[in-house]
Amino acid sequence: MSTLPETASASAAAEPIRVSATPAGSPAGSHPVEAEEIAFDIRNFSMWYGQRQALQDVTIKIAARKVTAIIGPSGCGKSTFIRALNRMHDLTPGTRLEGSLKHFGDDLYGPGVEASVIRRRVGMVFQKSNPFPTMSIEENVLVGLRLNGVHDRSVLQARLEESLRMAALWDEVKDLLNRPGTSLSGGQQQRLCIARSLAVQPATLLMDEPCSALDPIATAKIEELIQTLREKYTLVIVTHNMQQAARCSDRTAFFYMGRLIEYGDTRNIFTNPGNPQTEAYVSGRFG
Amino acid sequence: MTIPSPMFPLPAPGSQLPNRVFKWAAALAAVTIVVLIVLVGWELYAGSRQSLSKFGAGFLWSSEWDPVAEKYGALPFIFGTLVSSLLALVIAVPLGIATALFLTELAPLRLRQPIVMAIEMLAAVPSVIFGLWGIFVLIPWLRDHAFVWLKHYLGFLPLFQGPIYGVSMLAAGIVIAIMILPIVTSISREILRSVPNLQREAAYALGATRWEVLRIAVLSYARRGLFGAAILGLGRALGETMAVTMVIGNRPQISASLFAPGYTLASVVANEFTEATTDLYLSSLFELGLVLLAVTILVNVAAQIMLKSMTGGVSSKAA
Amino acid sequence: MEVSPYLPSPGYAQWRKWKSAAVTGVLVTCALAVIAPLFIIIYFLLVRGASSLDWSFFTQLPKPTGEAGGGMANAIVGTMTLLAMAAALGVPFGVFGGIYLAEYGSDRANDWLRFAADVLNGVPSIVWGMVVYLILVVPFKTFSAYAGGVALGLIMVPLVMRTTEEVLVLVPQSYREAALALGIARWKVILVIVVRTALKGIATGVIVALARIAGETAPLLFTALGNTFWNHNLKEPISALPLQIFAYSISPYDDWHRQAWAGALVLMALILALNITVRVLSRDRQSAS
Repeated sequence: MSTLPETASASAAAEPIRVSATPAGSPAGSHPVEAEEIAFDIRNFSMWYGQRQALQDVTIKIAARKVTAIIGPSGCGKSTFIRALNRMHDLTPGTRLEGSLKHFGDDLYGPGVEASVIRRRVGMVFQKSNPFPTMSIEENVLVGLRLNGVHDRSVLQARLEESLRMAALWDEVKDLLNRPGTSLSGGQQQRLCIARSLAVQPATLLMDEPCSALDPIATAKIEELIQTLREKYTLVIVTHNMQQAARCSDRTAFFYMGRLIEYGDTRNIFTNPGNPQTEAYVSGRFG
Repeated sequence: MTIPSPMFPLPAPGSQLPNRVFKWAAALAAVTIVVLIVLVGWELYAGSRQSLSKFGAGFLWSSEWDPVAEKYGALPFIFGTLVSSLLALVIAVPLGIATALFLTELAPLRLRQPIVMAIEMLAAVPSVIFGLWGIFVLIPWLRDHAFVWLKHYLGFLPLFQGPIYGVSMLAAGIVIAIMILPIVTSISREILRSVPNLQREAAYALGATRWEVLRIAVLSYARRGLFGAAILGLGRALGETMAVTMVIGNRPQISASLFAPGYTLASVVANEFTEATTDLYLSSLFELGLVLLAVTILVNVAAQIMLKSMTGGVSSKAA
Repeated sequence: MEVSPYLPSPGYAQWRKWKSAAVTGVLVTCALAVIAPLFIIIYFLLVRGASSLDWSFFTQLPKPTGEAGGGMANAIVGTMTLLAMAAALGVPFGVFGGIYLAEYGSDRANDWLRFAADVLNGVPSIVWGMVVYLILVVPFKTFSAYAGGVALGLIMVPLVMRTTEEVLVLVPQSYREAALALGIARWKVILVIVVRTALKGIATGVIVALARIAGETAPLLFTALGNTFWNHNLKEPISALPLQIFAYSISPYDDWHRQAWAGALVLMALILALNITVRVLSRDRQSAS
């Protein structure tokens, strides 16, 4: 637990944080219970790129320390949605959003809230692995800490090993830490990117189709990793691979045409969807 | 505020101040460009104010340049600048486009890179070295051989009459041509490379010969961009200073003969600026600079617009 | 149109083929004519320059009129000094301006800035000399190394700005996003991630600009002016290789002409060295990516 500066402290007071008593790694498919801790509380969220509306009136509560999969056909707004969760849209001129987005009670877009503070708490892993080409494996993992002002060597060393272990990469690279990050294989690069995100110790990790550029073996490793990360982190994963969503998520949200169509336990969504569109999609009839 | 996660205690993020400072520093540097354009225009205007008010528009038409009598007119320099630059274009544009065609359409792949490199090297040769070479190598050769030959066979044209000094409008045109060849060639090459292969294939499919393909499919498609390349070459030609000063003869006269010495806007400034003894003299030189600036900016703007519509701006790479 | 795919008489087809071959010949000739001047100039630089080049050229000052011997040591040092001053002005403004164009600003405004930079690149270099004469020589009542450095530096700004922008834009957006997603402040992302990734390209652009201004003479004529002594004070006139080459080549003395060739050879060698550096740098960049 740490104290972070002034940002959005007003909203923190509005919704006291309940520390979940749920044991980490609770079985997939358990029904949401009242006492469950909420990572993202999003209400009436709409977003536009210029004139084009990309998301319409999305209201969703994403549970902490669970894996939430976001599925839907291309262009349904799923990437747009998770990129709003760590304010990546700030970079794109002409985007506009409405509604309330809270992360552990703090307003993501509140007045005076710095995007960089949000992004330290809500990390992101991208579709294509993107280790920084000028940096070694070690530098890649530590760059987030260093550039955020951590220079204590012992801390950095500890975080380096811890992050790489958590990303299930330590054993493979512990003797190659000074090699360029780009010298690793595709799957290793993606795990390096995960380690890089974990090093700044976010509360939440967003993954935007993290396996779409990987072969099945590398994909399996990432999925395994997702299962272990769930014990500590809230994970939100965009995927177009329905089997993947079914395999490794606790909850699934189905987006279609910029709307959240259905959201619930993954098992229910895939076996007994409440909405005909969801059913059509998960059974592979479109998308 | 607390976060229910193993949040690492990061140092407090500062305010947005460093971000803002950085952005403003960058913006300031970018805006320098505009400041510089205004500064150049303003300073030259300020420098030439005295001459502007004394001679008015007549400065441009007057062909008298007599510092002793305090009479200043720009016409001989405008004439010299235009004639030497147009001569250079007449020589450089066909050669440049032909070389670009050769490079994009004909040359075997392993020849292309060395030729492109040679052309880039030619672009790197400083003006003053062209001038040196012009004085000691080109001009003696022109004087003793080429001009004699031209006078003998084409002497019936007014262009090739009169005494041969060596230093001349034609010598300046040739030197400028060599100097603008690299930019004309490299931009033409980029233009030609942007011609879609489909165009060529379509023409070949009709049974056209290689020349017919070039003419029908490539050249007609790229016409506008090639014109832009020529205009950009003109912009360079107008402002060439040192080499021109060293080979043109520096005499403020208007003559029909290309063998006669001439003078250009840039070269008169280069030659007489430090010896301008009176304020009016200096001011007149500034006005010549202002004329040169106005003409080159107009020509460059025209070239940029033409090239932009063609390729989205290729000029900077060749600059 | 005379190009008819139908009923070509044998003679006409022959004529078309002949014409095509002739054009090929013409194009080859033109290409040779374009690169010939380079080899001719290099030939004369080597023949005339090398024979006049000796150790004293690099170590001695110019001798007074009429005396044989002497060198251009002061001009060589002067050129280096001027390049350093120009870089001190041109690199920060150029690089930061390029950063702005690539990372900030609206598309519309940046288009205008780019356009302005391209137009500025076309301003004749002698005009810069006149402008700097008015802003630095007249007020301080003396020609100076500073004025020369500023004139060259101003020429560098738009050159460096455009090349910097071009290489920054080539850095994939995903690196910016990845760095921002770590909560790194924008300016650090730009400097440590984006600029560092593109550093070789930026260096290449800077060296290209240096190679271009190293040979500039016109902007120095009424700023640095040139002199024949050692310059120990940047507030005083300074010599430069191109200035010295110019002064000697239009002089009436054979010995000075020889020195001008030697100076030209040295200047060309310097510029070639810069260009070769660029090639090495850009080759590395290609193989790295």
